[in-house]
Amino acid sequence: MMSLAAWLVLLTSPVALAMETIYQQPLEFLKENLSGCQQQVLWLKKDIKSQIERLVDHPFPGVRVRYCEKDGKTAWVLDEIGKTEPITSGIIVNQGRVEQVRVLIFRESRGSEVHRGAFTRQYQDAVLESDHSLDRYIDGITGATMSVSALNRQVKLALLLDKVTREKTNDH
Amino acid sequence: MRTFFMIALLTISTAGFAADKQMEEMQSVIQAQQQQIDFLLQQLDSTREVVLALKEQVDANAQAATEANEKAEILADNMESQPELTEADRQFASSSRFGGYGELHANMLENQVTGEDSNVLDLHRFVLYFGHDFNDRLRFMSELEIEHALAGDGKPGEVELEQAYIEYDWAANQSLRAGVFLIPVGILNETHEPPTFYGVERNPVEKNIIPTTWWEGGLAFNGAFADGWRYDAAVHSGLYTGSDDNYAIRAGRQKVAKAKFDSQAVTGRVRWLGVPGLELSASVQYQDDITQETDPTAGSAWLFTGHVSWRHKAFGLRALYANWNLDGAGPEEIGADRQNGWYIEPSWRFNEKWGVFARYNRWDNLAGNNADSEYSQWDLGINYWLHPNVVFKLDYQDQDAPDGMKELDGWNLGVGYQF
Repeated sequence: MMSLAAWLVLLTSPVALAMETIYQQPLEFLKENLSGCQQQVLWLKKDIKSQIERLVDHPFPGVRVRYCEKDGKTAWVLDEIGKTEPITSGIIVNQGRVEQVRVLIFRESRGSEVHRGAFTRQYQDAVLESDHSLDRYIDGITGATMSVSALNRQVKLALLLDKVTREKTNDH
Repeated sequence: MRTFFMIALLTISTAGFAADKQMEEMQSVIQAQQQQIDFLLQQLDSTREVVLALKEQVDANAQAATEANEKAEILADNMESQPELTEADRQFASSSRFGGYGELHANMLENQVTGEDSNVLDLHRFVLYFGHDFNDRLRFMSELEIEHALAGDGKPGEVELEQAYIEYDWAANQSLRAGVFLIPVGILNETHEPPTFYGVERNPVEKNIIPTTWWEGGLAFNGAFADGWRYDAAVHSGLYTGSDDNYAIRAGRQKVAKAKFDSQAVTGRVRWLGVPGLELSASVQYQDDITQETDPTAGSAWLFTGHVSWRHKAFGLRALYANWNLDGAGPEEIGADRQNGWYIEPSWRFNEKWGVFARYNRWDNLAGNNADSEYSQWDLGINYWLHPNVVFKLDYQDQDAPDGMKELDGWNLGVGYQF
């Protein structure tokens, strides 16, 4: 049985008990899923930023988004706040269709169940509808509602950004 | 003659020699000119390439200039849209949170026993959350509620502090709470914002048996312990009920208001969330004296609850069972030694806006004897989500009550929100 002193030491220890769980480093995710991809930057014009903010339902910081591109596929590493902390996810999109979703870094104190493959596999082949909804229902996780919402927003955002990059390429 | 011939021959020879020399000179000139033409053609090709390269450069510069202008505009727009905040504002905004929920109900019911109407419009709940993060691992959370709009002596409502705790993440996915918190039992006790459930009123089983909303003061650990598994373990203040209230559980909530603390309680819960959309949960609670040592004929109390909450695509299902066992001759004498109930609630979500449900509830706070003391109730209704966080609700309830008790049937209409 752990003594009271040991508990106190544990609870007050300044030692960094990392609250974030790193499931995979972003660079490893890119290497594993889109090896050799070219880093690109998408500058966010006012109309695109408006679309993004309507989609994620909050102000979107920054004026550009970095992504990686290869053979028509785009890879996005995006942050979205669940309840109070950002969740970092990697999303691969192939011509407007989700190919892969993985939670890379989770920082919330609860709701980490969203990283499980049983949950993220629901997004495979998902497409963004014209009203910015997904073309399918995503079964949630009790007690992780806000983390699930954050993942939904990330996937929809990746699909929207992929669409913008393809439209930009076609314009040129 | 001979001389003439010689002169003529000499003249012809000289002319021929001169013509040959002229030809050579002309050829030389032509060759030089050809070389010049070749050189000029090369120069022309080079010049053309230079011109083309310059044109490409000019085009690229123009494109770059256009893009640079666009980026400058974006940056300018972005900078212009930044609110002017002080450092203190930024720090506060980034570490403090504010939220809430509320619900307005219209109950149009008729007592089937007396025929009396009971038509009521009630701002049932108005709740404000306030939280603050001291750092990444330490935070404060509170929930302040006004029930029934008007509180005070002789007024129908109450001002209640339902949550006020410090939470510390002592390891990844492991937290400790200290303060006033919601007891981890049932479906609605911890998650009861109106857009998250069907029906205008909270279901009567969780209200009368669990009893929702139920909060206590103490210490609570919670976290994940395996893939898809979560636990809660809490030591906290207990209920205080007695014979005057027929040992009814709901009457025993002290709400951490100068609460009697002679008998504490412990609560544990295990949940499995291994499949998206599915939650399986079981809770148990023990208190060594539910009357806070005021009734020698009563004693300890055990609560067991279990529930399933499942949603797959449009289909939803909630089902819950809860049972209290109270020791002692006092509760046993009136049948309050067993208090239990269950409900099952299938639902169908047509789309993001509309959903319908049916619910069958049975509960009995005097289940330990053979007297007719059991209630049952059907609820049928519809939810309309104007926004994911704003809902309008309509349902019909059909109640079956024990003899001599109110039996309320009728319509309920409500609007609720969370933010």
